[in-house]
Amino acid sequence: MIKYFDLAVIGGGPAGMAAALTAYEDGVKNIVILERDDSLGGILKQCIHNGFGLHIFKEELTGPEYALRFTEKIKQTDITVMLNTMVVSATGDKTLYAVNPDYGFLTIKAKAIILAMGCRERPRGALRIPGTNTAGIFTAGTAQRFVNMEGILPGSKAVILGSGDIGLIMARRLTLEGIKVQGVYEIMSYPGGLTRNIVQCLDDFDIPLHLSTTIVSIHGKDRITGVTTAKVDANMIPIKGTEEFVECDTLLLSVGLIPENELTEQMGIKMYNMTSGAYVDQDLETDADGVFACGNVLHVHDLVDNVTMEGQRAASSAEEYLKKDENIKKDMPSILVKPGNGIRYVLPQHIYLKGEEEKIRIYFRSKDRYSDAVIKATADGGTIGKKKVIRLIPSEMEYVEINTKDISGISDITIEVEA
Amino acid sequence: MKKDIVCITCPRGCTVHVEYDKNRIIAMEGYTCKRGAEYAKNEILEPKRMVTSSVKIENAKYPVLPCKTNRPVRKDLMFDVMKEVCKIEAHAPVKQGEVLIKNVCGTDADIIATQTLEKVK
Repeated sequence: MIKYFDLAVIGGGPAGMAAALTAYEDGVKNIVILERDDSLGGILKQCIHNGFGLHIFKEELTGPEYALRFTEKIKQTDITVMLNTMVVSATGDKTLYAVNPDYGFLTIKAKAIILAMGCRERPRGALRIPGTNTAGIFTAGTAQRFVNMEGILPGSKAVILGSGDIGLIMARRLTLEGIKVQGVYEIMSYPGGLTRNIVQCLDDFDIPLHLSTTIVSIHGKDRITGVTTAKVDANMIPIKGTEEFVECDTLLLSVGLIPENELTEQMGIKMYNMTSGAYVDQDLETDADGVFACGNVLHVHDLVDNVTMEGQRAASSAEEYLKKDENIKKDMPSILVKPGNGIRYVLPQHIYLKGEEEKIRIYFRSKDRYSDAVIKATADGGTIGKKKVIRLIPSEMEYVEINTKDISGISDITIEVEA
Repeated sequence: MKKDIVCITCPRGCTVHVEYDKNRIIAMEGYTCKRGAEYAKNEILEPKRMVTSSVKIENAKYPVLPCKTNRPVRKDLMFDVMKEVCKIEAHAPVKQGEVLIKNVCGTDADIIATQTLEKVK
């Protein structure tokens, strides 16, 4: 069976829901959301803690409440929602191949596509921790789904590796459910998660946070029985003699997220190494005509509010694209945006000069921690954008704004932290 | 007594040094705004937190229903609130916002559902 749509959104999490709704409100007809789970909402459904929505709704919501704001609105539209639908393959000409229980195998052809597939957690295999292969090792998000959606506790004594926000949130959640959390171990010299989560999730419950410390071995035969931890030096090499055995029957890994871009790569879309997401312009359009990307599949965000806003931007761009008959961008001059001193990545990675003046926010993450930093956007030696921030840390995304009137005739822009 | 409080009201993360006795603040320094002073004062005199958890639910797609206190509760009562949450069982259909426990542990806060779950056979 072949189905035709004007806009196909892959993924029904916060990015995909915001994109579909905005496109609908902007007048796009014939939209489909393809979601592999049995309901919309994505990862928000298992994030039952609060703290979502301060920017978008000006109040603190839990994950399920934040998702409901969108799912209830989508219900009132004629957006087609295909649940239990897994897109298994895609091609650059905007053809998607999917499977679901209602249709079996299904082909979808769309005039525009928004990629909103989210991200996956980095698993044990990516860490190369020596030791035995035992039961009881979970990514933090898997344990979160077990506890919060499936009503299953993963164990009784836990160690958490990595101090990302999901790990911190799970330290509190497990403690509240009666599981003893032995400690959180972070290889970096500073915590990965937000300060408020260190305070509310660890300090409140006297859970120790061990910085510059990692796990060097996993013990156990059928089930994990403990880990060996060790301090690391400035090059993150374990220091001999600092090893300690910590007993546990559960190990949670909160060690980073990877955008889920198998479909993007199948479509032959150009990727950007630093984000593991698509290479995009200021409209969040990839190098495949009419294919846009937003949310964690494009780059990993720290706040869902930013994911929502990015979904809305991708939708507005898709709506603009659908109004036009031909690819008008290919003849426009393109300017590269490069990460300079102290910057890990930038987004967008290139900007089209469309003839009319346009203000563009260039988002970025820093490589290191700075206080009272000045961020500069420079082109041909001149400064075209500048911003002062009281604090710049890798875990919080920032942006600097530029105006296209300042960059005509220039080949590239560099974003840098002023030394 | 003396205590250093890291303010979590905004990303700046000021460290506020507070000197206090049983039920009053004697001196406070290190804060850079009113909200920071207010936060540090409350953290000493009566720290409060939102509690989010889940309760057992019958006849729904999932076996548990997420819930929260509808306002922050005293920090030292968090585990008492959890005990009450463990005792109850909800029955689908449940709508987000529905009260599951009124005035939990005498805190004036209600436990409310944070998800809508339909009834399934």
